[in-house]
Amino acid sequence: MEMLKVKHINTYYGQVHALKNVSLHLNQGEIVTLIGANGAGKTTILNSLSAVTPIRSGEILFEGNPIHALSPEKIVDLGISQVPEGRQVFKPLTVEDNLELGAYLRYRRREGRARIRASLDEIYRLFPRLLERRRQLAGTLSGGEQQMLAIGRALMARPKLLLLDEPSMGLAPLVVQEIFSVIATLTRELGTTVLLVEQNAKAALKLADRGYVLETGKVIIEESAGDLLENREVQRAYLGKEKKEIWER
Amino acid sequence: MDFSQQISQYILSGLATGAIYALIGLGFAIIYNSTGIINFAQGEFVMLGGMFGVYFHTVHNFNLAVALLLAILFAAVSGVLFERLAIRPLRRATPLGLVIITIGGSILVRGLAMLVWGKDTHALPTFSGDEPLSLAGATLLPQHMWIFALTVLLIVLSKLFFQFTITGKALRACAVNQRAAGLVGIDVRRMVMFSFLLASGMGALAGIIIAPLTMTSYDVGIMLGLKGFCAAIIGGMSNGLGTVLGGLILGVLEALGAGLISSGYKDAVTFIILLLILFLRPQGLFSRGESERV
Repeated sequence: MEMLKVKHINTYYGQVHALKNVSLHLNQGEIVTLIGANGAGKTTILNSLSAVTPIRSGEILFEGNPIHALSPEKIVDLGISQVPEGRQVFKPLTVEDNLELGAYLRYRRREGRARIRASLDEIYRLFPRLLERRRQLAGTLSGGEQQMLAIGRALMARPKLLLLDEPSMGLAPLVVQEIFSVIATLTRELGTTVLLVEQNAKAALKLADRGYVLETGKVIIEESAGDLLENREVQRAYLGKEKKEIWER
Repeated sequence: MDFSQQISQYILSGLATGAIYALIGLGFAIIYNSTGIINFAQGEFVMLGGMFGVYFHTVHNFNLAVALLLAILFAAVSGVLFERLAIRPLRRATPLGLVIITIGGSILVRGLAMLVWGKDTHALPTFSGDEPLSLAGATLLPQHMWIFALTVLLIVLSKLFFQFTITGKALRACAVNQRAAGLVGIDVRRMVMFSFLLASGMGALAGIIIAPLTMTSYDVGIMLGLKGFCAAIIGGMSNGLGTVLGGLILGVLEALGAGLISSGYKDAVTFIILLLILFLRPQGLFSRGESERV
């Protein structure tokens, strides 16, 4: 089932035309990755979906309904949560406070404390390290732990669609592995659909079902993740393989 | 009265005025922390608290407690209106621009108060009589006790609010990272409005509890506002204990300066302290350099 459909959106930063006629879609339960160089517009797509950077034209449909004119709060309320680039946890607040704030709208809706508590336990089960550190200030966590916290915070809203912006940025390979395996668990166990933006194209494509390649604000390729890993153009530009390696194979 | 009695008198009455400065300073800190704006109109809400109190009590003959609650309510609503009309339309202005707007707004509020209530000085009755109490060799009025009690109560309540309620936590989240706060679904603009509501309500309470001792008029806001600002600066603009201690230190030093040197220097003491802090420790007396990992 198609969960999200983005149709010909255009987004501008002042005069800069950041997204040019971008179209993409996500099916229920999929992991889809956006790859591309710096400035290709990957983050802008996520911010347009979250209504942080409003689109100028085009359409965004979530579960069949247009959402591009809504406020960022309403987007979260509908079930789309973003884990922003650079984690952006609330550093002077404790780990648990950060997680509770993830459920802010559920508190607003007067959803019972017991249910929110259950989600909290769920997050602690996914990331046992956050449980150990629940009383610590978020700013004292390591980079990997902050990333886990940022993901946990977004999950506390119980999103149907999770937007992840560069979760591997600045992290050690082992930590990246750990985080990626949790993302895989999410889709498997909770049925969460994931849109993943990554510089680390190789790791992202190994995890994802499908991928889009962006270049200067345009979608240039859309294929299954397996095909993209084999795609020579992609290998050369994003997977760091030399021309020689590719052609002499 | 011997010297030590004199000193304890200065310290105790200094603590009482300091408590007032602390309340006003907390208002500065709350708004600064959730919006990055130094709201120089904060003093005007202190004035509005006192003036509305006088208005409801002496003009409309409401019972004192009712009049005071109404006064806080009206001042807090004025704070929200101020945010809606003066700050929100200009959210994209530079911080300096916003600061100047708050100064302009404060002149406007003061002018309106003068037009409505005149230039006279007014007094509120003390909350429970004028029978002096003696404490550690010093003489205090029951009103001083009210000041201590209400200040402590308010500080405890605001601490509980910021520490334990989801709205309090959301306000703190907006203070640290508005973008991330928006992404978890917090309506940042509503939180900004709410911080103005809290700050002006708190300021109004300060203006009301001090009015029986020092009288009130349309122009008391300037000086009280600056004193509160000074308290917040000493406390490093913290939402909590720093600003409270800042206010108490300021009040005591001011009382000692006025008593031991000359009462003419009372306000000068404040500004000398303000300048010293800004030159020597602009991060405030109590804040440590934050250590954080990225």
